[in-house]
Amino acid sequence: MKELTPTVGPPKRSCAIAIVGGGVMGLSIAYQLARRGLTDVVVLERGYLAQGASGRNGGGVRMQWSTELNVRLMQESFVLCRHFALEIGVNVWFRQGGYLFLATREAEREKMERNVALQNRVGVPTRMLSPEEARAIVPELDVSRVVCACYNPKDGVLFPWPFLWGYAHQALARGVEVHLFTEVSAIERSSGGFLLHTSKGPVKAERVVNAAGAWSPQIARLVGVELPDRPHRHEILSTEPLKPFLTPMVSVLSSGLYFSQSMRGEIVTGITVEDHDDDQVKMGSRLKFLTTLARELVRVMPRLADVKILRQWAGPYDVSPDGAPILGEPPGVPGFYLACGFGGHGFMMSPVIGELYAEWLTSGRRHQVFDESRLDRFSKVRPPGGNGHEELIIG
Amino acid sequence: MSSKAIVCRCEDVTLDDVEHTIAIGYRSVEEVKRYTGLGTGPCQGKECMVHAALLCARASGAPPETIAPFTSRPPVAAAPLRIFAAAEKDDDDQAQR
Repeated sequence: MKELTPTVGPPKRSCAIAIVGGGVMGLSIAYQLARRGLTDVVVLERGYLAQGASGRNGGGVRMQWSTELNVRLMQESFVLCRHFALEIGVNVWFRQGGYLFLATREAEREKMERNVALQNRVGVPTRMLSPEEARAIVPELDVSRVVCACYNPKDGVLFPWPFLWGYAHQALARGVEVHLFTEVSAIERSSGGFLLHTSKGPVKAERVVNAAGAWSPQIARLVGVELPDRPHRHEILSTEPLKPFLTPMVSVLSSGLYFSQSMRGEIVTGITVEDHDDDQVKMGSRLKFLTTLARELVRVMPRLADVKILRQWAGPYDVSPDGAPILGEPPGVPGFYLACGFGGHGFMMSPVIGELYAEWLTSGRRHQVFDESRLDRFSKVRPPGGNGHEELIIG
Repeated sequence: MSSKAIVCRCEDVTLDDVEHTIAIGYRSVEEVKRYTGLGTGPCQGKECMVHAALLCARASGAPPETIAPFTSRPPVAAAPLRIFAAAEKDDDDQAQR
């Protein structure tokens, strides 16, 4: 990969598309636009690359979902992840060790069987497992509470950071401007587009993409749009590196615990912890997370009790009311495109969403996901036959 | 000095790696950490972060005391999961920030 310096100095005076947010979503869109020849693009990132959720997630990538649209989108994202290293020229340590979901309540079985049937119909080789079969895959598991499991050997994990450098450098190489430490403070609507005021000077844009993740409601407010997504602090930790022993990502549905072994050898693990709703993004670490996680992880994997924790940190999920993303133009603001509300799944979705967004913005061909993810679904009764509610909001 | 001089022993990050990272535009300690992996190993930056900060200061000409360290992550020292698993449930609801 040719390594390139992020853009120095003020942004250009005008551009075709300004992307607010230099996380994986914004950079994926920028790269895919540039790859299609639309290089008059400016990415505005308020911090450094990997400062927000894109640099703070567990790197899980899976095709196990409960709606057909999400399964199909993630099948496509997988193809892009598999080709990423070759296409972009950077090693993202992508490893297909599978995802193993554990059900600890009998009531979870029916849903799990239904999801597996859906995934099989769409072409994902997930299969139901007995507790003993799950233990054959991860012998260190205590399966005494497990009633059943499902396993897709094709799911995987990757190391998030190089994804950002890869997209950024490839976009820069094609002429896209990528500005770091550049905050957008105001957006004026003008004839022929928008005028963005940034901490490094103004830039006019015919179209704007809001890919600011947990900060996207603040950006949308600059054009008078109220978004219903809210930041949610999600905490995670990493242990000392161990020799490779754990093949799949393992997740316990009832607690939201998930853990996998990265290519660096560390166990990377998180769990759902209740947090108070807040409009502000919070990234502080809490002892409550550490104790909640340690209790559940040691219960599921007793052999890990003596493994040392190296560090814990937090990242902001960008959660929409129904768990599905918010895409497309909000009513009344044509030319302003939303790419937010991914609820902790933005990283794994970003390869395919970047491709579909770039396809739409360059050719006008609009994928079904944009029709199913409109902002106005929250203000009216949903039509029958829609995407349906995604149930697998986890790791 | 040899370009293979080690700055971060845990993650095998060399002086050359750090200087290259700064040269291509990633000039804060947080960025050097993410671009090289410096400070993410067992010592969590206790050995290497000062060196990275000084290299950032040298490259920019800024006084070293103005260079911000990367965020310190709990726990203070590496500690086994069993300690936290055994903690009392009531004493653990304090937010840091």
